[in-house]
Amino acid sequence: MDLTRRQALALGSATLAIASLSGLPAFASLTDEAITALTGGADVTEGGIDLIAPEIAENGNTVPVEVSAPGAVEIALFAAGNPTPAVATFKFGPLAGSRSGSTRIRLAKTQQVVAIAKMEDGSFRKTSATVKVTIGGCGG
Amino acid sequence: MASGVKPRVKVPKKAAAGDVVTIKTLISHKMESGQRKGDDGALIPRSIINRFTADFNGQNVIDVTIEPAVSTNPYFQFEALVPEAGEFKFTWYDDDGSVYETAKKIAIG
Repeated sequence: MDLTRRQALALGSATLAIASLSGLPAFASLTDEAITALTGGADVTEGGIDLIAPEIAENGNTVPVEVSAPGAVEIALFAAGNPTPAVATFKFGPLAGSRSGSTRIRLAKTQQVVAIAKMEDGSFRKTSATVKVTIGGCGG
Repeated sequence: MASGVKPRVKVPKKAAAGDVVTIKTLISHKMESGQRKGDDGALIPRSIINRFTADFNGQNVIDVTIEPAVSTNPYFQFEALVPEAGEFKFTWYDDDGSVYETAKKIAIG
């Protein structure tokens, strides 16, 4: 079959669209479920929380991330593209010097890392960062 | 008990009363995620540290719930308020039920 350049491009973009469509629902539901389990369905506002993650991680086995949210009692981290989205939850006690923490996490592929903070007044804050992963960190 | 587990903690030797100090902790642990397959194609069962806590003189500083997505040799950095001289106590809880503990004293000065 002879394809003109124009046809080839159209085909390519159609395939891409289908791929992204089929990928999205699974991504949304797992992470959303985990977030709803944490918030109990309460509204989550953007901002008021910082998430520092590298833009590009060469090795998905150890990606350094840092979260801070002044006034938070709890910060939960989720990796939307991992087989299980939950990563870690920091709960701050009476002697926490600041509402921040850093750790190293595994990312299976290029994906969004989401941080949800539960504030002292019971409200929830959210932020996310996209991390490009060159080598995935879940084995296989 | 998983083999070769060794906690390492970095706490300043002294601080002024009311100071906020940065604490770094690391524990060597393979953190088997339960997603990997072995040579025979069977899944390697999950074996991770699922919780880490830090306390100062009996009061909690931080309590971390850990999932398999935390890297091998889990590392945590956080800040703690030091109201008086005393001892930090760090505890890691393994999936297999073992508990690893270490403590560091801090002086006021």
